[in-house]
Amino acid sequence: MLVLPTKTIRTPTLPLKGRGSSDDQTTPGIRRDPAWRTRVFWFLAAIVIAWPMLIATEFKPWELVEGNSLKSTLKFLGDFFPPKIESSFLLMVARETWRTVAIATAGIAIALVVAIPLTLISVRVLSISGLTGRMNAWPASVRYVTRALMIVLRSVPELIWALVFVRVVGLGPTAGVLAIALTYGGMLGKVYAEILESGEAHATTSLLRNGSGRLQAFFYGLLPQNAAEITSYTVYRWECAIRSSAVLGFVGAGGLGQQMDTSMKMFNGSEVATMLLVFMALVWLADYASAWLRRSLA
Amino acid sequence: MKIDLLGVSARHPAAKPNAPDAIRDLSLTIAAGEQVAVIGASGSGKTTLLHVFACAMTPTRGQLRFDGTDPWTQSTADLQKTRGKLFLAPQVPPLPPRQRVVTAVLAGRLPHQSLFASVRSLFYPSGMDVAEAALARFDLAEKLFERVDRLSGGERQRVGLARTLVSDASLFLVDEPLSALDPARATLAISSLTAAAKERNATLVCTLHQVDTALASFPRIIGLRDGVLAFDVPAAQVTQTMLHALYANKLDELNGPAPAVEGLSQAPLPAVMHCR
Repeated sequence: MLVLPTKTIRTPTLPLKGRGSSDDQTTPGIRRDPAWRTRVFWFLAAIVIAWPMLIATEFKPWELVEGNSLKSTLKFLGDFFPPKIESSFLLMVARETWRTVAIATAGIAIALVVAIPLTLISVRVLSISGLTGRMNAWPASVRYVTRALMIVLRSVPELIWALVFVRVVGLGPTAGVLAIALTYGGMLGKVYAEILESGEAHATTSLLRNGSGRLQAFFYGLLPQNAAEITSYTVYRWECAIRSSAVLGFVGAGGLGQQMDTSMKMFNGSEVATMLLVFMALVWLADYASAWLRRSLA
Repeated sequence: MKIDLLGVSARHPAAKPNAPDAIRDLSLTIAAGEQVAVIGASGSGKTTLLHVFACAMTPTRGQLRFDGTDPWTQSTADLQKTRGKLFLAPQVPPLPPRQRVVTAVLAGRLPHQSLFASVRSLFYPSGMDVAEAALARFDLAEKLFERVDRLSGGERQRVGLARTLVSDASLFLVDEPLSALDPARATLAISSLTAAAKERNATLVCTLHQVDTALASFPRIIGLRDGVLAFDVPAAQVTQTMLHALYANKLDELNGPAPAVEGLSQAPLPAVMHCR
């Protein structure tokens, strides 16, 4: 923490209201925080900007607590209790959970295959011509095209990819895996590149300056510098992939999500509750795995 | 390797456009196998000079020549090969905190290794004996399998110097090798460096804040003042008058300890990134 002696904080250039003569600078209570006006301005500006957005999104929270909607909400939620724990149903849930984990894991694995080369191409720290100022035109344009490709991959939502692939490969987990692989490949590539560029680059540039190849500098400088950050981000993305496989199940991409869709359509709240509990357990597991990996890599 | 500087000026690429060049109009020749110390107050352009030698910085004017050829006229690939024959050891050792010492030292051999060999060496270090011998010259052999972030600032600096020794370079460029070392270790470090350079007949250029050490260990002294060559003479000819002129207004640097280096003892914390 930076601790400054209060007597040194003076803003003599600021015109201060209510002060008689300018020489009694030690009088407390009259002085104002110079940042105050800026803060008020930005606070008001945030309200002015947010107001039209709230209108555009038809944000009417009071409708939640109106009699009719409140009753139907409570009825829907009331169905959730108690969760269904029939053994044959649990067996089915276990099988579909396994399939969901498999979809997420396979999707992330293929996403890695997509993302790692894109990252290596696009990361600026590994540029040899960029060592002495600006990057050469050719590598700079390759890098630009790679970034654009990653934008295309991740700007199409995985739901749309899934709808496309359901038409190509039919209903089932394959469509989910491919959808996750493409969207997450773009996301992972972008964020990996950002993590690698925002970390300390000294080790990497030193290796490049001493004549190492780009990949050698990656393995001996860049990767050990950022391994923990990258691992925890990957595990977090795996967790996101599990969640997103639930959504993809609603369009027929298999797994727990598809079962949840069926149960929802049959208004079977207790089945939905069981499956939501399984999802919570999976996210908790991912959280635990991430913490463990971070500890062992730190 | 013989180095020629012909009227070289250079500046950091990120320097302000109206700032003066960090070194101006330097001309000098260093013969193969020669050992040279560069001295001067902080901000006099010592590090910039090393970076020009290391092909890490393009001269804004003038020409750099290795054995008669200008490296900057080469293609990027050939330039990178040339860089493999130079070894620049920065003042702050460039070591990732989670890396083991053995890997950090062996990284000095990367330019002379295939990608396959260097990746295999990550799984099982090849050339552990080489790394250990290099560390032993700096009295650090027992730290071979320690992690870098468990080392003190002085130990890290010596790991950086050990990396210099495992490289196959014919020109060693060492920036302030003693800034974090105690006097006894400093003497050992400088004698190990000069001896290793002599064994390989490699050229050694070393910037130093410790003028006494420079005069005692190097046959030739280059003095830089405000980016300009102040003198370039054999060590025996350096007089107190010359030193006083070199460090005018900054005499505390001549007599006192070298200015502290930021970031040696504590590596900067990585930016923590949550939810994206």
